[in-house]
Amino acid sequence: MLKILKYSIYDLLRSRWSYVYFIFYLMLSFSLFFLNSDIDKAIITLMNVIVVLTPLIGTIFGVMYYYSSKEFTELLLAQPIKRSKIFMGQYIGISLSLTLSLVLGVGIPFVIYGLFKSAAVFDFTLLLVVGAFLNFIFVALAYNIALSINNKIKGFGYAILMWLTFAVIYDAVFMGLLIHYNDYPLDKFTLIATMLNPIDLSRILILLKLDASALLGYTGAFLQSFYGTNMGLIVSLSALSMWIVLPILRMSSKLKKKDF
Amino acid sequence: MIEIKNLYKKFGKLTVLEELNLTISKGGIFAILGPNGSGKTTLIKSILGMIIPNKGEIAIDGENILRKWKYRNNLNYLPQVANFPSNLSVKELIEMVKNLRPKKANSQELIDLFGLPPFMNKKLGNLSGGTKQKVNLVLTFMFDSDLIILDEPTTGLDPIALIHLKELISKEKAKGKTILVTTHIMSFVDEMADEIVFLLDGKIYFKGSVDALKKQTDQENLEHAIANLIEKQYQTATSK
Repeated sequence: MLKILKYSIYDLLRSRWSYVYFIFYLMLSFSLFFLNSDIDKAIITLMNVIVVLTPLIGTIFGVMYYYSSKEFTELLLAQPIKRSKIFMGQYIGISLSLTLSLVLGVGIPFVIYGLFKSAAVFDFTLLLVVGAFLNFIFVALAYNIALSINNKIKGFGYAILMWLTFAVIYDAVFMGLLIHYNDYPLDKFTLIATMLNPIDLSRILILLKLDASALLGYTGAFLQSFYGTNMGLIVSLSALSMWIVLPILRMSSKLKKKDF
Repeated sequence: MIEIKNLYKKFGKLTVLEELNLTISKGGIFAILGPNGSGKTTLIKSILGMIIPNKGEIAIDGENILRKWKYRNNLNYLPQVANFPSNLSVKELIEMVKNLRPKKANSQELIDLFGLPPFMNKKLGNLSGGTKQKVNLVLTFMFDSDLIILDEPTTGLDPIALIHLKELISKEKAKGKTILVTTHIMSFVDEMADEIVFLLDGKIYFKGSVDALKKQTDQENLEHAIANLIEKQYQTATSK
């Protein structure tokens, strides 16, 4: 598996898109730190971009890599390697190289501006950890879709729809429900609903760490009382991990039956 | 050497292999022929473990291979479409495949044979179809394995490369290797194959030497003999 991983990273690191992605984050963070003297605000802006963009890029890269390396995967399948190792190698390769673009793209400006000594280090690290989680989650989801759908165009469509669901549609439905059932206590519902969407979960996790929860009113205070604690952090990081583990489990069961 | 028993595979509602039984003895060139959609690729990919049959058994040298992977170390496969990661160079790709197998490879000889040295540092994405196929051939033939499976090996090759390919196949045969080939080029079959396995509707319709096939269909020319086999099927299909 390590050999496959090594080569897919090698292949991706030489692809133009990895650099475009890296340079995008580099420029974005540089301009944010340059324009903003307030680090907290810069981190919130960065978060807003990362929380929506990493899932999108992860999804697109995931399906694109799967479909474009289909014939090569067939060549690998004819080698004496276990199926699951080929796909795990590719999956980790894509996720890691995307995470590398993110960490370097955002991290270099952060270090250059000497923010390592500031109090924002913890929030910033959390931002990168969450970004890495989102990469691994959405590449796994994208791989699941690609493995299930042989038609490239259809697979691409479903993948984008999946992203749109988590990034936009889910929130819209969620908001609608909150407004409609305004008269009822919704704390638990809110808590569970945020757990079921990795994008929401990531966003709330960072927002609450940044003490912006005061803006969120009573629910914000309630969420703060849960996520703000160490216990909350552990629970939500475990929830994010489940979002990686479950798709991987489905992937490996799918692989046992799949024809290539 | 290869023993296939009651192999059954369907994709959705379409049955591709229907209780197929086939024994392929050790050594020699076996051409797997049949009209489009007769199940040639499904059969080959089942042997490779890329397609998982619904029912049946496949054994190589007496050992069941379904859901196993180690046996592939003694098997070389040439896929039909030569498509590689476009960012790797030819050299890197060859090194990578070598790396994946715990056995020795003699790639240099083949690289020289197919005139690939000037392309070694070129990115795979920039190569022409024929050159990619040559790289594909190097990857297939560089290992010393008892079973060699070639899916349309002649695609895109120039006449010189084709001659080299034929020589290569003959050489492997002389070493006692078993070679399975699918192709639509009948002259290639006529020249190379020891035995023909003709598939029709997911079953073995004919298995025997080229001469036996010519005799059975009463045709001098292999192309016509094969056409004769397919035609019979068309007639029975329309009369049904």
